[in-house]
Amino acid sequence: MLDTSSHDIVLVGGGGAGLRAAIAISETAPNVSVAVVSKVYPMRSHTVAAEGGAAGVHLPEDSLDEHAYDTISGGDWLCDQDAVEVFVKEAPLELMRLEHWGCPWSREPDGRVAVRPFGGMKKTRTWFAADKTGFHLLHTLFQTSLKYASIVRYDEYYATKLLVDDGRVKGVVALELTTGKIQAILAKAVILCTGGCGRVFRFTTNAAIKTGDGMALAYRAGAPLKDMEFVQYHPTGLPFTGILITEAARAEGGFLKNKDGYRYLQDYNLGTPEPTPVLRTMELGPRDRLSQAFVHEQNKGRTIEGPYGAVVNLDLRHLGEQVIKTKLPFVRELCLLYENIDPITQMIPVRPVVHYMMGGVHTDLNGQTPLEGLYAAGEVACVSINGANRLGSNSLPELLVFGARAGRAAAAYVSEQKPPGRHLMALALDEQAYLEDHFLHKTGGHESIALLREDMQKIMENCAGIYRSGESLVGAADKLHELKERFQNIRLDDCGRMFNTELIAALELGCMLDVAETMAQCATERRESRGAHQRTDHPGRDDEKFLAHSLVYQDPNGRPRVEYLPVTITRWAPAERVYGK
Amino acid sequence: MTNRIELSVKRYHPENDQQPWFESYEVPLRKEWVILDALNYIKDHLDGSLTFRWSCRMGVCGSCGMNVNGVPKLACATFLTECAPGPVRVEPLKNFPILRDLVVDISDFLMKLADAKPWIIRKVEKPLEEEYFQTPEQVEAYKQFSMCINCMLCYAACPVYGLDPLFSGPAAIALAQRYNMDSRDQGAGTRMDILSQHEGIWGCTFVGECTKVCPKHVDPAGAIQQYKVTSSIEWLKSLVLPRGAE
Repeated sequence: MLDTSSHDIVLVGGGGAGLRAAIAISETAPNVSVAVVSKVYPMRSHTVAAEGGAAGVHLPEDSLDEHAYDTISGGDWLCDQDAVEVFVKEAPLELMRLEHWGCPWSREPDGRVAVRPFGGMKKTRTWFAADKTGFHLLHTLFQTSLKYASIVRYDEYYATKLLVDDGRVKGVVALELTTGKIQAILAKAVILCTGGCGRVFRFTTNAAIKTGDGMALAYRAGAPLKDMEFVQYHPTGLPFTGILITEAARAEGGFLKNKDGYRYLQDYNLGTPEPTPVLRTMELGPRDRLSQAFVHEQNKGRTIEGPYGAVVNLDLRHLGEQVIKTKLPFVRELCLLYENIDPITQMIPVRPVVHYMMGGVHTDLNGQTPLEGLYAAGEVACVSINGANRLGSNSLPELLVFGARAGRAAAAYVSEQKPPGRHLMALALDEQAYLEDHFLHKTGGHESIALLREDMQKIMENCAGIYRSGESLVGAADKLHELKERFQNIRLDDCGRMFNTELIAALELGCMLDVAETMAQCATERRESRGAHQRTDHPGRDDEKFLAHSLVYQDPNGRPRVEYLPVTITRWAPAERVYGK
Repeated sequence: MTNRIELSVKRYHPENDQQPWFESYEVPLRKEWVILDALNYIKDHLDGSLTFRWSCRMGVCGSCGMNVNGVPKLACATFLTECAPGPVRVEPLKNFPILRDLVVDISDFLMKLADAKPWIIRKVEKPLEEEYFQTPEQVEAYKQFSMCINCMLCYAACPVYGLDPLFSGPAAIALAQRYNMDSRDQGAGTRMDILSQHEGIWGCTFVGECTKVCPKHVDPAGAIQQYKVTSSIEWLKSLVLPRGAE
């Protein structure tokens, strides 16, 4: 037998998107029972690590259309413009809602919410809470969520499978970490809010938990993933750890310098250097272009060789102690602790680092996926506001806007659904048997989880880096598929039931392998260069063939199959991306 | 030849062990490595059954609190070289039940946090379009209490919580105070009733162990003292001042 519980809606993931969705459901439909199933306590979720800010039109001289244009051009015209229009309109309201809930936004002297410049944005519109915006946003949401009785938390439960009955998603199977108990959590709808998958790469800003679980759950259940070839490299990570140094450091006026102390971005069509920040120019260009410029500098021999690869310097010294201590205290704390460097007097060594997944589970404007009863929001989803390159500070408002929309849409949907039938239990029992046979009671096996993970990361860095070549992509998906076969033969040291983190690591690796395979396949088939996807063998954007989203499905044989879906254009015809002018 | 360092890690597996015990592991001593890197090295290369929590490895998610040489620390923010030459004693956070190895049960804190009502309480709400102005000074008034990452180091260091598990504890009180001090909030009275009803708050001395171990420079001890003062005044008022209409 299997323990079973029932709710109206199951949310998988308790970070920013999940908590915003949970609150939206509770506010619109207080009688709807919501389960938040999360593999970590919600306040541990990776939203906590977002630093720089959250974009939403705030000043009288700004407009929704300008935020939309910056987002669309920043995304190299792969954004769905209807989604962007919804996003820019609702973002300021969502940010104000957080203000009402107590988020400690940084303020102007007169008490109004302050905004700062950000990369790729032509107007100043990024709300911030010093340089710990994600941390404050997450804790505000978590603490606010505690007042709603209809939200039931399943803390430290790992969802292993979506239960699909007659084409409709009706709950999940989950493993309770503390006891090792496998349980069915039934519902009339499921919302995935599990975040990204940066851990398929070795060098990433992403936390250990970012293993693409929700993407894999949806993909295995038959929902398509969208635009999986678009991986964002953030230009400024600390070497070795990959810890993020926020773009806000450049927004406040920081310079990027090569080994000669030269502000090299001026050589890459990003404008001319000025002593103070100029919007959409130089250090405030978009992340894809800045990371690509780094590679060119490296090829020219103008980077600095460090013990953990080439670096350039992020120079904040001229900002002065006051600005660094009040606007960038966390940057200073991280540099002091992990690099033994004080940015007030020393330059920070940085290099590009995998940061964000533009792609994800394909959804409409309400977070609904093509699989009935399944919704997704936040980084796990791809509603297509980020296109081929996300602008810094768009991800926090995205998870608020689309978390809330997915929550409201799911609440409306479940009001017309019957409770799930008992025959779902057969599916849940199958999953239990699979977990028992392949993991918990597994004997023999010799493949190491850590080594397989390393092999996967090597393949991904080789085939899905800042620049991809036809050569490096040849066979990458096949190699990943081979790893999946080796994965069948893994060895587990831990045969305990209670808090078996090795088992979770194995299940996470399974998810990452599926997700990695889709990324390699989509990157192989997109024979053009757009935004964060740069093919050395296909330079240049090809709107005739590829003004379209990749949709990747899992075939019955387990392999990825790519289709294309045209981009939605409303008011901004595809054009050249221009920065520095 | 790489330098190496010994970690002596407390193990406990409730399915097999009557009592916790220590296991020694030898790991490379690298200057960039924090305790968490050493634990991950063990997990990946020496013993896949070693159990601990971690996530962001940048000191902000609060997952990896543990006692290192007897002091509550974040494993991701404590360098091996600080502990050289070793052996380094790594144990689960004190004052919590051990679930397994270095993982402790913090569900008690989650209940106490919810009891403290850590959300904005207001009698009347403004429409969504309007903001509540707050000067930088007004933000400063509560900001430090809002920096709590719920890492539980303060509970592991708290002598009162160790003796009296009913005590709300440093982080929950600091977070209650975070909202009390927020100019947008009107819930201080409600929270006061909850937090001062238990005597734990009065058991807290001025030792301030919680404040000393906080990795984010929150001052929970200060929050508790503020609470005591306000509670005393409220209590005195209730005795001394005349009552209104019955």
